[in-house]
Amino acid sequence: MSALRLEVRKTYKLFIGGSFVRSESGRSLCAKSASGELLDNFCHASRKDLRDAVAAARPAADGWAKKSAYLRGQILYRAAEMLEARAPAMTEEIARSTGAASAQARAEVTLAIDRLVYFAGWTDKFAQVFGAVNPVASSHFNFSIPEPTGVVAVLAPDEPSLLPVISLAAPAVLTGNSVVVIASERFPLPALTFAEILVTSDLPGGVINILAGKRGELLPHLAGHKDINAIVNASGVEEMERELQAGTAINLKRYASRKMTAKDWFTEAAENPYWIADTVEFKTAWHPIGL
Amino acid sequence: MPQTLTAPRRLHSIRDTVPTVDQVTVEERAAAFTKRSIKTSAKLAGLKMVVSMMDLTSLEGKDTPGRIAYLCHKAMQPMEPKYEVPSCAAVCVYPNMVRYARRFLGQKPVVKIASVATGFPSGQYPLRSKLEETRRALVEGADEIDMVIDRGAFLAGDYRKMFDEIAAVKAACGAAHLKVILETGELVTYDNVRLASQIAMEAGADFIKTSTGKVQPAATMPVTLVMLEAIRDYFFATGLRIGMKPAGGIRTAKQSLAYLVMVKETLGDDWLTPDLFRLGASTLLNDVLMQIVKTVDGQYQNADYFSLS
Repeated sequence: MSALRLEVRKTYKLFIGGSFVRSESGRSLCAKSASGELLDNFCHASRKDLRDAVAAARPAADGWAKKSAYLRGQILYRAAEMLEARAPAMTEEIARSTGAASAQARAEVTLAIDRLVYFAGWTDKFAQVFGAVNPVASSHFNFSIPEPTGVVAVLAPDEPSLLPVISLAAPAVLTGNSVVVIASERFPLPALTFAEILVTSDLPGGVINILAGKRGELLPHLAGHKDINAIVNASGVEEMERELQAGTAINLKRYASRKMTAKDWFTEAAENPYWIADTVEFKTAWHPIGL
Repeated sequence: MPQTLTAPRRLHSIRDTVPTVDQVTVEERAAAFTKRSIKTSAKLAGLKMVVSMMDLTSLEGKDTPGRIAYLCHKAMQPMEPKYEVPSCAAVCVYPNMVRYARRFLGQKPVVKIASVATGFPSGQYPLRSKLEETRRALVEGADEIDMVIDRGAFLAGDYRKMFDEIAAVKAACGAAHLKVILETGELVTYDNVRLASQIAMEAGADFIKTSTGKVQPAATMPVTLVMLEAIRDYFFATGLRIGMKPAGGIRTAKQSLAYLVMVKETLGDDWLTPDLFRLGASTLLNDVLMQIVKTVDGQYQNADYFSLS
């Protein structure tokens, strides 16, 4: 009987505004394993999906930034808990996608969980570390505090498939930004599976959006989009770097480049707290004192 | 048009003469208008047309002369000249604000002044005060009057009272255009909307308008379609062209284009003019402007680059 059964395969959908949606374009792509065999189909994001993701991220950022730092930390920690619970499934997803050995895939998942916990801890600390009380010559109490910049677009590298998504999105999200992640072009399935974990982790819809497809196609719209406040590019593709920087000049959006090798993502280099400072704006207040 | 004032039909039996509305069909047909694909140059022309047909509205207790001046400025020149965006058709304000709008717009303005009147938004006031309000708004400089009907009277079956009030306000308006707000969100059924439209048109309305914007649901596609069909049938019966104004709840450029499509495919090109079609909105304009800039410049826009609405 089992020989007659047709496998029920899923088409991986995009994660926009807290729900799983098909591409507006109706297009899909085949996800292939490292050895070239067909794994599953996934939705191929168009520029309009990018537009929708930003439109979902914009209002989400307002509510998310207003939540207390403590609560944001709790929610990110909750995401780590959910990932821990589903670690075997995630391990399997990475292994079948990238062809990594099971132990290696499991190590990536474990590190991803730990890194989520690590960045969750930063939510109520980054303001003290990056903020400052400034000495000034007049009778003012002068201080600078970091505030989230708004909507951040994140370009993940091809490899590893999961770890960079978390290492790039978490430092942006923890301060109160919302993000639109363009997943690995070569191995998009683990990032899309991670969305299924996020959706069960109390994270408000739209705070993290995950798109998959062809980076080059989305790039010009990403760079010129005036409603994106910052771009974090870890794609590692030289031409993309140039195109993005030219585009960001139009509206002076923040641009950060992460030059990392696949191995670097497994090191402390990917836990750099200064990454948090790349997607914040500093507000300085002059408060009169001692008149 | 005056002959309708002097010779009303037998109002007690008007319900029998107005066709009923098939809810399923009208909702399906209305939904079909949202499926049209309008792109590039057609989209740009459509969006500019939407701006030219817009009654830019501010109907809030917190309206001040300064806010009205700002509203008028935005209506006159919604966008920097290089985008070639036309002026809005009118501003729509409370009677007390008409004088400030007139002061700002001057005597020969490109933008008309519409004033709500007759006990807006409920209409539950004596006829005398309604007429007084109308006259005051006109004296202060209103070009158009947006009156509300007495929904209580209509729902109680007192069509005569509703008819007479509209006719009396029309008489008080003189040359000024009269838009009659049915407040469809309170009329319960499409049959009632169709009937109220018919009574309003026969009583002398120049325009029929869906909503005050103070009641949910406000303008919807199906309800607007019912009213457009009433206008069409009235035109076939009398040769008179009555205008249409959906108002409230139209917030996106895409929605507004769907309304244009619906007007074109129900009434034809004749109605695609600010003299016969208006959109009442307060927040729609900025979305339309963002879409215009997006279409011209090719980049997705951010609300921070646009003036407050």
